[in-house]
Amino acid sequence: MTTFLDAKDIRKRFGTREVLRGISLSARKGDVISMIGASGSGKSTFLRCLNFLEHPTEGSISFGGEELVCKRDRNGDLVVAEEARLRAFRARVTMVFQQFNLWSHMTARDNVMLGPIRVHGLSRAEAGERADHYLARVGVAHRKSAYPGFLSGGEQQRVAIARALAMEPELMLFDEPTSALDPELVGEVLRVMRSLAEEGRTMIVVTHEMNFARDVSNRVIFLDQGVIAEQGDPRQVLRAPSTERLQGFLAAQAA
Amino acid sequence: MINWSIIIEMLPAFWRGLQITLILLCTAGLAGLALAVPLSLARASSHPLLSWPVFIFTYILRGTPLLVQLFIIYYGLPQLDIVRQSAFWPFFRDPFFCAWLAFTLNTTAYTTEIFAGAIRNTPAGEVEAARAMGLSRTQVLRDIFWPGAWRRALPQYGNEVVQLMHATALASTITIVEILRVGRDVYYNHLVITESFGMAAVFFLALTVVLTLIFRILEKLFLRHLDPRDSANVSPSETTKVTVNA
Repeated sequence: MTTFLDAKDIRKRFGTREVLRGISLSARKGDVISMIGASGSGKSTFLRCLNFLEHPTEGSISFGGEELVCKRDRNGDLVVAEEARLRAFRARVTMVFQQFNLWSHMTARDNVMLGPIRVHGLSRAEAGERADHYLARVGVAHRKSAYPGFLSGGEQQRVAIARALAMEPELMLFDEPTSALDPELVGEVLRVMRSLAEEGRTMIVVTHEMNFARDVSNRVIFLDQGVIAEQGDPRQVLRAPSTERLQGFLAAQAA
Repeated sequence: MINWSIIIEMLPAFWRGLQITLILLCTAGLAGLALAVPLSLARASSHPLLSWPVFIFTYILRGTPLLVQLFIIYYGLPQLDIVRQSAFWPFFRDPFFCAWLAFTLNTTAYTTEIFAGAIRNTPAGEVEAARAMGLSRTQVLRDIFWPGAWRRALPQYGNEVVQLMHATALASTITIVEILRVGRDVYYNHLVITESFGMAAVFFLALTVVLTLIFRILEKLFLRHLDPRDSANVSPSETTKVTVNA
């Protein structure tokens, strides 16, 4: 088991407010890590720091044993020094967003094809085959020529997952993938994510779905006020939380 | 009764007027489009040194009548010695150039604001999703940003082109013999309304119909993602229903 993502002591300040106060996380191949916590605990910000959509104020991130060399931006936050390194890194670590963020002027199939064409240099025919494969994988092949505006939320999120899968990433980041969905559509997305985990994919999932955290992930991390308050095996951590904070959080979730 | 002999007699003149109108519309429209693309980027920029000069330009041009702008360029500028002595004087002496310049500046101002609005409404998440999978800034501009902004701007831009076409009638006030000027000449020669201004109105109306059709087709082409009747968007169950009914 090799460690391939290693985030060390990530801190993030917005002005004077310190949202992340030193979070470290290392993921090994095949890990499915659930990050839970109240809103405002910093879990989404942390996830977005991992692929530099948010610029961390302090800390370091290595991927595949190589540290991403950073420089400071105008605000004094960290950005990857070389744009090409950042893009190569992002192509291997794809993200699924809460609001799906599909490109509205492209069909579902074109959404899935664009990354492989632009980033991997595939031909349209090759990318089309790959898109069909992954759209079928998440169960929306029959909607491939529809535009996002005419897909249900669950279909949109599954297309977004297919789009991330088509990059054939080594790590997938999920930023509250079911939070924007109507309750009856949550299940279809969770089923897809569960099957991805069973395939052995490496995933870091920010979620409010305690069942998913308990049953699918092999590690759960509870964030509270910008620090890791508790982490470990989900069955253990979620059944017998040792901190009062997590006890309170779980009680509120169950209610 | 309509005097058809006058109409038939004047048709060649109206035909030449139509050509002038179209040349003015196309040259000013294309120049305005080319200028509006970079200006709208500056206008939508968060940097005040970029956005403010463009805002002042569009505000003045949108805040004053086009006829006044045309008169300032054609009658006003030649009063200035600097203009008369400059290398550009041959241009400013030419009414056609003055009309083209006035229409170009005016449509640039409106088009810039339309495009800037479309740019500002770019969903941040769409750009973020593209950057997050490793697309370069140039690729994001080409694949996500401009196609999206163009589609959001298209319906309003179509209106602007029709308005520009109508505005070219103002060129008749500075000796340019476009459609309206032909109509006026017919009126002075024959003192008939329908065959003169009525004919001019028919030509403008026909142009409006053609332009509207062109933009209807463009919207059909580019705005498929908003069209519930487009085959791509009909969900499979509905397709089945249609087949069963047929």
